[in-house]
Amino acid sequence: MAGILEFETKPKVFLAVQDSLLMVKRSSTHILRNTDQLLGAFFQPIMFLVLFATVFGGAISKALPAGVTYLNFLMAGIIVQTVAFGSTTTAVAVCNDLQKGIIDRFRSLPMSNIAVLNGHVVSDLFRNTISTVVMLLTGLIIGFRSHASVVAWLAIASLLLLFTFAFSWLAAIVGVFAKSVEAVQWLTFVIIFPLTFASTAFVPAEGMNHVLKAFALNQPITQVVEAVRALILGTPIGNYGWLAVIWSVAILVVAVPVASWLFRRKTSQ
Amino acid sequence: MPTSDYVIKAKNLTKSYGSNEVLRGIDLKVQRGTMLALLGPNGAGKTTTVRILSTLLKYDDGTVTVEGHDVTTDADKVRSVIGLTGQSAAVDELLTGRENLVMMGRLYRLTKASAVARAQELLEEFDLVKAAERPAKTYSGGMRRRLDLAVSLIATPPVIFLDEPTTGLDPRSRLAMWGIIERLKQAGTTILLTTQYLEEADQLADRIVVIDGGKVIAEGTAAELKSKIGNDRLQLTFKDIASLTGAKGVLGKRVIESDEKSFTVTVLITDTNNDVRKALEDIAAAKIVVQALDIHKPTLDDVFLSLTGKQKQPEKSQKGKK
Repeated sequence: MAGILEFETKPKVFLAVQDSLLMVKRSSTHILRNTDQLLGAFFQPIMFLVLFATVFGGAISKALPAGVTYLNFLMAGIIVQTVAFGSTTTAVAVCNDLQKGIIDRFRSLPMSNIAVLNGHVVSDLFRNTISTVVMLLTGLIIGFRSHASVVAWLAIASLLLLFTFAFSWLAAIVGVFAKSVEAVQWLTFVIIFPLTFASTAFVPAEGMNHVLKAFALNQPITQVVEAVRALILGTPIGNYGWLAVIWSVAILVVAVPVASWLFRRKTSQ
Repeated sequence: MPTSDYVIKAKNLTKSYGSNEVLRGIDLKVQRGTMLALLGPNGAGKTTTVRILSTLLKYDDGTVTVEGHDVTTDADKVRSVIGLTGQSAAVDELLTGRENLVMMGRLYRLTKASAVARAQELLEEFDLVKAAERPAKTYSGGMRRRLDLAVSLIATPPVIFLDEPTTGLDPRSRLAMWGIIERLKQAGTTILLTTQYLEEADQLADRIVVIDGGKVIAEGTAAELKSKIGNDRLQLTFKDIASLTGAKGVLGKRVIESDEKSFTVTVLITDTNNDVRKALEDIAAAKIVVQALDIHKPTLDDVFLSLTGKQKQPEKSQKGKK
């Protein structure tokens, strides 16, 4: 026996935060060890960026304001799309934990159970940051240019982190709700695919029909894309900035309690 | 210190899923520092009982306390004194053995230094030092179970639940697991073990509770149960009918069964060593040659046959969880 074991004597709230940090460390280690997923986080954005820029670039650039290249226009859209698609990983990770025996282990420990969700959601920020940096570097190589100031880039980073955090919590709901990883995949597909494509992420709204345009201009992905795009291109940001923040906060306000409640219910039967 | 000498207490425990009554009034008590085996076939309610005792599952009625703490209202206090090793090895597959141990130790509220030191100690004790830096998904079934058990012991909890710890293990891994459990017992840990193997309960446990269909059908020490179930039986085979008849004459009342087609007699034995020797000596004295002998130990089937009057139920779905 290794001497006498010492137990933490910190207050309960502090220990709950410590549990969450331990879970963030666990989920982040998963991201780094799961090589298939890591390669996905690396190459998927590169592929999307290069394909969209080269395949659609010629056709769409005619619809863009003078002086704006499609690559510069596309960058904001592709970053937000990657973040949205990437949230599937959170949903899968949450679902996996719940389906496997590991959740029983966590539940039999005197820990804060919700830390398991916190771990996945926070480590998602970490993975998305990798993806975004990879995309920006790839963009720079194939001709992306921005004159945005350091302050503008900080605003972009903050907005993207807030949006990613909100979207991951949304994905956590799907992960708790779904009965299998397969279900997670089609559920997120059905939600995320229309949201990202029926937005101004890849094309300007001008060419869309009325119904589609009305939807596209009033949904969160578009607000975030337009806000980031305005910051990158240095064009007026209009209402998009605060609308993007309001949408993200609204999603968080709803998704965090719902995901936590569902998770508690599912783990306390 | 808790005053009660019974660490785990369950009284009139019931649990249903809809109209499916899984537990129909289970009573059990485990004395400090002893091991109780919950013996029963698949679907008897063993896993459901363990999940309730270890705070994982809500129950419908009854009272359940561990170290004096109610499992429903004082779940966190219960969790800080128990360790649980379930049927599906609950370790993190992508983390290494050492990382699993340290992380779980921290979640048990050990200080970092204690968690790290204790992890090393357990890796050594469970023969996992060489595999310590490998992700758990590369472990064999036996190694995974050992890691799982080690994780449950990281904070040296005074109470351990072992849910079918050897199911699915090869004989060598099973023996290794038995050794580990035996050492735990010697260290004074209070243990509740579930098993479908009578032999396992017999080898390890101080007391055995037999459950079937969500009810306790027998309870006692291994010896007590065996005397209830029926004892070991000695089966002797002879070469012809003459020897058989002669042997029956010599053994007299001890014979409980004989078969004139296969030339066998079955003798009831209570004290294996003496009774077998006595029977063989008597036969040898009458100059009768025994061709084959077989000692038949009671199996779980015999337990159920004699306690319930019916054969063990065929495999049923046994997961207590939804």
